[in-house]
Amino acid sequence: MSKARKDFTQEQETKIIKGNVSAAYAAKSARVQVIGAYPITPQTTVVEKLSEFVDSGSMPGTQYIKVESEHSAMASMVGASMTGTRTFTATSGQGLFYMNEMLHWATGTRLPIVTAIASRGPAPPWNIWADFTDVISQRDTGWMCSFCATHQEIYDEILMSYKVCEDYEILLPKFVAYGGFILSHTSKPVIIEDQEAVDNYLPPLPDEKGWPHIFMDPERPMMFGNLIMPSGFYSEFRLKIHDAHMKAKEKIKNAAKEFEKSFGRNYGNGLTQQYKMNDAEVGMLIYGDLALQMEEAVDLVREEGYKVGMVKLRYFRPFPVEDIINIAKSVKVLGVMDRATAFGSPTGGPVSSEVKTAIEGVEKTAKILPMIGGLGGREVTLEQQTEQLKILIKMNETGDAPGDLFHGTLWHGKLEVE
Amino acid sequence: MSNTEKWKDINKSREKRPKVQEYKNWKELPPIPISLPIDGAIGITGDWRTFRPIIDQDGCNKCGICWMYCPEGSIINKEDGTFEVDLTYCKGCGICAKECPTNNIEMKRESDITHE
Repeated sequence: MSKARKDFTQEQETKIIKGNVSAAYAAKSARVQVIGAYPITPQTTVVEKLSEFVDSGSMPGTQYIKVESEHSAMASMVGASMTGTRTFTATSGQGLFYMNEMLHWATGTRLPIVTAIASRGPAPPWNIWADFTDVISQRDTGWMCSFCATHQEIYDEILMSYKVCEDYEILLPKFVAYGGFILSHTSKPVIIEDQEAVDNYLPPLPDEKGWPHIFMDPERPMMFGNLIMPSGFYSEFRLKIHDAHMKAKEKIKNAAKEFEKSFGRNYGNGLTQQYKMNDAEVGMLIYGDLALQMEEAVDLVREEGYKVGMVKLRYFRPFPVEDIINIAKSVKVLGVMDRATAFGSPTGGPVSSEVKTAIEGVEKTAKILPMIGGLGGREVTLEQQTEQLKILIKMNETGDAPGDLFHGTLWHGKLEVE
Repeated sequence: MSNTEKWKDINKSREKRPKVQEYKNWKELPPIPISLPIDGAIGITGDWRTFRPIIDQDGCNKCGICWMYCPEGSIINKEDGTFEVDLTYCKGCGICAKECPTNNIEMKRESDITHE
């Protein structure tokens, strides 16, 4: 265990750390005040590292609550956040499903809770490896949701999340998802920023008055999120949540812009990040850890003279409709790669279904090829990714979709045993 | 009037309670609904009752267990130490009758009472 520090002091430092540790450092840099901790593979080392920080005194005053389940972890976050504190927790797969009821509670109460998700495939078949179906299946809880492609992005995105979530016009909770094991348990250099710089970037910690919409005072008891009869303002309160999501798009862009100004790292416009899309005829929309390797695949295919590009989808909620329309207008064929499933949906893939919805009614947009691959942590090699790009190129040249589609979707990299 | 007294006042009175319905449209609403604790925030819950608790005052030893257990605060501790059921809000759940150590609370079907 590191030498005990008695305060949050941190100078800018590059550390070779795992993705989970990167998430823990982000929580520390954000000076979170309450942590609700329950371990689940592959998230465990996030809360383990945070327990070390709290124990060694490098997060003075932070309450570390050990709970007996994920449902309680989120319940503790809701309670803590209601009193006006900055809160953090982390989970994965089945644990996230168990949280589900309290996730709705966090949105309905409009609490800016940030939760790191080391994504894993839902069981059965039992699976603990990278697959974003877990976080995407919580789509309609009203939580904002973004994906990370690198270890550094986990740290950066958690900081940006507090900036967006705690904005008084937004006040929404948020997931920060990254692939289990692929990012969570591999090590890479991560720049941990100077504490003062982070303090300057983030909004100040909530004071004793707490959030602007919640008044906790034993002298003045009130009930929050009380019953509303069908004739009351129920649907109007739901509309306000959707309104906050729509407003969040601008705030996310601003947060990314300010982040670049403060720390020098660029994440596109915050919602999406383009790679070599300027002159591209064929593009690939992709998210999470697959996006990093796809940059290399784009480079390789470009060396062969093809004009390909890639768009990293950073935000799933709010969904960047305007960006997607612009991208779909700028290329002729757009592949949408899902490392997640949405059974029974128009394409079988959650993001590809949404992309099709987003461009509905817009003229002169690209042909969309929905793709699914890498489920349950299945390795997606560089060769496979270059192959995927070449399928899109062929589709652009011949005008025909590949022949082996399953109900309109290309399930790439299916096992074939001889 | 001090703040505490003012709030105690508002908490008790339906008339003095600020009305949520004063909001005209969704844009005026606060982020979440808030309600202040008053008697019968959800309405006259006595309507829900099928069984009515009847306290036998002669056998009551005034222990107050019914008063503590009542989930709705519908048992009133009177100044003379006896207990009375607030039938405006009592839902007739029967917890008081179940918990009474001297078995002095009888749950009687409302329809039987009306017939008598």
